[in-house]
Amino acid sequence: MSRLHAEEMILNMGPQHPSTHGVLRLKLTTDGEIVSKIEPVIGYLHRSFEKHAENLQYQMVTPFTGRCDYLAAMGSEHGYAMAVEKMLDIELPERVEYLRVIFAELQRIASHLVAVGAFGLDVGAITPFIYCFRERELILDLFEMASGARLLYNYIWIGGLAHDIPPGFVEKTYEFLDAFDKRVAEYNQILTGNKIFIERTADIGVLPPEVAINYGVTGPCLRGSGVDLDIRKVQPYSIYDRFEFEVPLGEGAQGTVGDCWDRYYVRVREMEESAKIVRQALDQLPSDGDVQAALPKRIRPPKGEVYFRSENPRGELGYYIVSDGKNVPARMRMRSPAFCNLGVINEIGQGWMISDVIAILGSLDIVLGEIDR
Amino acid sequence: MEAPDIFSVLQAKFGEQIVDFLEEGTLNPTVVVKPEAVLKVCEFLSQNEKLQLDSLMNLAGHDQDGESDLSVIYHFYSTIHDHYITVKTFTPREEPSVVSIANLYRTADWHEREAYDMYGIHFEGHPDLKRILLEEDWEGYPLRKDYVPAEFYRGMRIEKVK
Repeated sequence: MSRLHAEEMILNMGPQHPSTHGVLRLKLTTDGEIVSKIEPVIGYLHRSFEKHAENLQYQMVTPFTGRCDYLAAMGSEHGYAMAVEKMLDIELPERVEYLRVIFAELQRIASHLVAVGAFGLDVGAITPFIYCFRERELILDLFEMASGARLLYNYIWIGGLAHDIPPGFVEKTYEFLDAFDKRVAEYNQILTGNKIFIERTADIGVLPPEVAINYGVTGPCLRGSGVDLDIRKVQPYSIYDRFEFEVPLGEGAQGTVGDCWDRYYVRVREMEESAKIVRQALDQLPSDGDVQAALPKRIRPPKGEVYFRSENPRGELGYYIVSDGKNVPARMRMRSPAFCNLGVINEIGQGWMISDVIAILGSLDIVLGEIDR
Repeated sequence: MEAPDIFSVLQAKFGEQIVDFLEEGTLNPTVVVKPEAVLKVCEFLSQNEKLQLDSLMNLAGHDQDGESDLSVIYHFYSTIHDHYITVKTFTPREEPSVVSIANLYRTADWHEREAYDMYGIHFEGHPDLKRILLEEDWEGYPLRKDYVPAEFYRGMRIEKVK
């Protein structure tokens, strides 16, 4: 039989497509079902965060940071607050540090729950998504108790917190943790070991460690490739050096190290580790202390600049802030983890089928809000 | 290795190409490099056995005041030796041009496109230099301090910001 003549076809996935997790356009060059090139087109959610920040006082930037990574607003606020505090050289009350860690880690669990659930959804497993959202709801209830909001909190302020936690918060958090430990076993039962799920994700989109580092991939995607790099460990900020937790790494248990399944499973195990941290922080939480004691009255960092990075659920969230001594930042740059993680998709998605590209994209766990800022 | 040591290594190797070392007023010690030497310096930083700064954490453009030179700032980290260095380079605002490191650090590809998008800095040797967050036909470079938005974009009025 003579060979059929096949032409390359450009296929636009998105901007409106359920598997792109937001408003993202992937320009796929396809040869039949096989994708030979992926060109992400971004910017649809660009809201000029960096430009706005140059016209706002430091404390007014906090709510904007949450709107960048809207699935992990506590993490973004925490990173921003720490970056400015570093410039101001503020010493925080112990209670603030502990509460911040509690919120940041709860946020990590909530964010990973969406990642895990939506990843299942991408490859055709509908039920786990509902399970994940059930637990996420409990975390959002806790956040609502503390800050009054469910998604965008404006809770972690420069130098402290917006409010102290309400009575009953600690007990409810313990209740959640007790319930959550059993839930992770449920996810493993329903999704992690599921044969169809493994077939769809193992050995797909393998990301070698040196490629990951070169592309600036961070967070669970990097650790899925077996690179032991967690900023909470290598450059401990806040009070992370006081807690015992492990850094889960991809081991290639179902296929090759650095495949979609590894990136997924690292997130599942990170949720368990985060729950451990929250439990330790609750046990050690000082019962007294004013959470607003260190709030600066006027925020005017001395002339200079800082690059401060922290471990957000999606990876390394860095703030590069330049101050010229005024009460508004002269330059605010957000190094968002998902921006860098998405950049690698052409490298690892080439040669796979269109349906696999969806799995690869899901495993990168992107939030377009922080890619486009 | 500490930042001052990295600076002396660079100075010994590149001499006049290394302009300055900034330690005061910054929490990240910075080596100032000539724009045409950026690629050579970065190659050395990433490949020298004692440095091995394999991870480019961040790349940012910066406009100080709307009059003086534009700058590009690179934040490096070594996952092997666990040390940091910041590299900075200045380029004239009339024809801003810096050598691209996108083929050396692939993550710089998008970062440089963003710096081009926001500051109009041209990265020589970049594989595909075009706007990334804004539309191709957007006028001007918004993060420059002297940026004045156009009145209309494709027939739509752009609202003035107070």
